[in-house]
Amino acid sequence: MEIHEYQAKQILKDFGVNVPLGGLAYSPEQAVYRANEIGGERWVVKAQIHSGARGKAGGIKFCTNTQQVWDSAESLLGRNLVTNQTGPDGKPVYRLYVEPATDIVRELYFGLVLDRSQECIVAVGSQYGGMDIEEVSEMHPDSLVKITVEPAVGMQAFQARQLAFRLGLKGNLVRSAVNVFLRAYRSFRDLDATMLEINPLTVTSSGEVIALDAKMSFDDNALFRRSNISEFRDKSQEDAREMEAADRGLSYVGLDGNIGCIINGAGLAMATMDIIKLKGGEPANFLDIGGGASPERVAKAFRLVLSDARVEAILVNIFAGINRCDWVAEGVIQAVRKFKPQIPVIVRLSGTNVEQGQELIRNSSLGIISTNTLDAAAYAAVDSIKKS
Amino acid sequence: MLLRMLRLTRLKNPEEGKAMAILIDEKTPILIQGFTGQMGSFHAREMIEYGSNVVGGVTPGKGGSSHLGLPVFDSVKDAVEQTGARASIVFVPPPFASDSIMEAAEAGLEYCVTITDGIPAQDMLRVKRYMRRFPREKRMCLTGPNCAGTISPGKSMLGIMPGHIYQPGRVGIIGRSGTLGYEAASQLQAAGVGVSTSVGIGGDPINGSSFRDHLARFEEDPDTDAVIMIGEIGGPQEVDAAHFFAENMSKPVIAYIAGLTAPKGRTMGHAGAIVSMIGESAAEKVEILKACGVGIVDSPASFGRGIASALSQAA
Repeated sequence: MEIHEYQAKQILKDFGVNVPLGGLAYSPEQAVYRANEIGGERWVVKAQIHSGARGKAGGIKFCTNTQQVWDSAESLLGRNLVTNQTGPDGKPVYRLYVEPATDIVRELYFGLVLDRSQECIVAVGSQYGGMDIEEVSEMHPDSLVKITVEPAVGMQAFQARQLAFRLGLKGNLVRSAVNVFLRAYRSFRDLDATMLEINPLTVTSSGEVIALDAKMSFDDNALFRRSNISEFRDKSQEDAREMEAADRGLSYVGLDGNIGCIINGAGLAMATMDIIKLKGGEPANFLDIGGGASPERVAKAFRLVLSDARVEAILVNIFAGINRCDWVAEGVIQAVRKFKPQIPVIVRLSGTNVEQGQELIRNSSLGIISTNTLDAAAYAAVDSIKKS
Repeated sequence: MLLRMLRLTRLKNPEEGKAMAILIDEKTPILIQGFTGQMGSFHAREMIEYGSNVVGGVTPGKGGSSHLGLPVFDSVKDAVEQTGARASIVFVPPPFASDSIMEAAEAGLEYCVTITDGIPAQDMLRVKRYMRRFPREKRMCLTGPNCAGTISPGKSMLGIMPGHIYQPGRVGIIGRSGTLGYEAASQLQAAGVGVSTSVGIGGDPINGSSFRDHLARFEEDPDTDAVIMIGEIGGPQEVDAAHFFAENMSKPVIAYIAGLTAPKGRTMGHAGAIVSMIGESAAEKVEILKACGVGIVDSPASFGRGIASALSQAA
């Protein structure tokens, strides 16, 4: 699960990391109120969306008077901001964060991530902050400093110091940076984060080290014990169909193709999408309805896939192991009767009682195309679109 | 974004092949952790029916009672002392599953399959770290979490798979996915090819053991002639296995990697199926596996044909 910048900063602040004073605004009036509350004469108005690279996309505006704050807020709110991470549709801006402009002396990079190959949390730093970490790793690969944190004892002060020194910090700045690293690590560990980025971590003209931007993602599997994090969920930033699927216990990812997929199991779902592609078609979605493939789940899946107007054919591929194909077939028939899709439906069942399942589908007189093999099913789906 | 720049590093502490060459056989005494729950009860029955040597189960607080005609214990340690169990299968819900795995390791079990889906990643980091306190020769082998389990067809089933689709034979299977593994097993059955052992390593980002660990076991197993590896997008394990194959294996290995059409940065069902680093996409993995000499099955409809040709070339 992802959260907004202002939420990540609130978390970091609670753990003792230095962040700029800021205020949330849902309207131009509120933005101006926040600017006045903060004081000074230079502010930044930042669009809150679940994406990085907002600056380049015009989502961060510098203002030197409250009229500019008003105008910036008005221009950002309600529009979709498209960054290089959001996809072509962008993400809607409903919240703004107003902060005082900071006098930056240096911009650094600090990140924490769950590293799958080392099976540890790894801290990454670079002297080149303020730009995309991918660019840094291409342009200045030698600047990257990595610290592996031993899970049993957590990040140690000497490791944080080592990182601070390697980033070229001196004197009191080392102590401030060490404070940021250790406390950020603690928030990561205590809240079951999977990624944390402070980019840039800035050294200000007044000699402070502050987190000027912050991004955090959390482990969905740990949300049961992190109710305070679950509350940060902003559904406006998520794909409506994917969210609906998740709420119904299905796993859905929308794609650009026209063959809707209904499959049990994540691996089989990916494999089915692959074979559609191999046969010259394009899958419209990834959809894993879970191992059981109960009639309720099949029905939910049909409703979901049919809500995508681009879908021109549906391919159902279910492996019935513990459950039987005839039972799964009943579910498919019920769903087709209920939703009456006006597009070809291709069903491939395999596993226990496959003959009975296929017979039920054939005898249903609903025009469902039943196939034996994965190959034939994918071919039939692609072919049905070509014909129509 | 951040993940992408971290370069792939090889696993430093692979589990080497141990005495139980193909993990389980008809004699392996098995415990069910989370025995009296709905999942545990259902699948315990299926395993017993298949012929697995289930000797009892553990549900803390219900020790001394009996379930499905078998004894229930309060702790894994009690169960091991009184039944001589050597393997277990975990059906414990996600919040408590990591605790159950560590309890199994501490009690001296040799092998543990964790079926539970949804264990927090940091819990698994702690489990893996905890297991390192045991010397390698005494360290429990863990497969999963979020897997379908392991089966040695005709001998023993320690999992939730439909046992009848696995025909006994001489091909090993290692896979991250449940139903895609079933698809492969049925294709092999249709092609008249049998399976020595099928191991599910699970779809989570941090799992108990890797492709590489089980390739090592199959390489040493006199009852296995060739291995099918069913991988997917995300994580370093397929690439790690490719290097292991090139350096250490004489038996043929064929691989299929699911997720050619998966978009970058999106989680595809399995918590671990997400491309976040260089080398984690299906195309990149296929390229590296090919370069290391692993046979590639291009289509998920070709497991049967793929392994048949690998076996004929090896013969």
